Amino acid sequence: MSSVVKADAIPVRTEQDVVLARQAVRRMTQELGFSLVDQTKMVTAASELARNTVIHGLGGRMHWEVLQDWNRKGLRLRFQDEGPGIADLSLAMTDGWTTGGGLGMGLTGSKRLVNDFEIESVPGQGTRVTITRWKGVA
Amino acid sequence: MAERIPILKMGEFLLVTIQVDLHDQMAMQLQEDLTSAIERTSAKGVLLDISALEMVDSFIGRMIANISSISGILDARTVVVGMRPQVAITLVELGLSLPGVETALDVDRGMDRLRAAIEGGRLDVVGCQG
Repeated sequence: MSSVVKADAIPVRTEQDVVLARQAVRRMTQELGFSLVDQTKMVTAASELARNTVIHGLGGRMHWEVLQDWNRKGLRLRFQDEGPGIADLSLAMTDGWTTGGGLGMGLTGSKRLVNDFEIESVPGQGTRVTITRWKGVA
Repeated sequence: MAERIPILKMGEFLLVTIQVDLHDQMAMQLQEDLTSAIERTSAKGVLLDISALEMVDSFIGRMIANISSISGILDARTVVVGMRPQVAITLVELGLSLPGVETALDVDRGMDRLRAAIEGGRLDVVGCQG
């Protein structure tokens, strides 16, 4: 079982918040001693999900948790909004599917950049995406 | 938010160095500014230096691809230089391989590429006349 060493949340409501979320994730992954590639993957995934929170979720929060397992450290991020939600999750998890005029790589792409990815969404109530990346796990 | 990325003119080329953590509006603004700068200066090439970018997500990746195709339509060649290795690895895993975007390792090589392309273009024209 992993325990939470530190946790907090920051607002994700504007484009500027997306940049701030990115910088916060960069700092945390640096402190955890992630390799440069792993830092960049986590920061990029956070950027995609934070943008989704702003554009599709109409704003929300990024909760973060620094995790400590018996033999490893990691970072878990949860992007939560109270937006319109996603009606068809399996469709939303298809490469190239988009409603936002983007490339449709945000959700599926960020899933490939992390070790663990969970998405829950209730139409009319919001969406919650949780990603985890462990130090040194490919 | 009136922050803008400067566009420098160097002879027949435009040089853009992105030195800040881009938010989406700035990326869109750069795309517009660069398009009008190509038109205004009749530039033949654009050198886009992204060596300071610590990450490129799908939005910024799309901006890079757009700049490259728009400049192509306006008869200017774009070369993207200085992408960090970790950024390249992440982009590919994200699912963006930026097809059609020309890249070079650094500014010098990018400049060489642009000059060669322009010389090549001129020779083609001479050839047609002969």
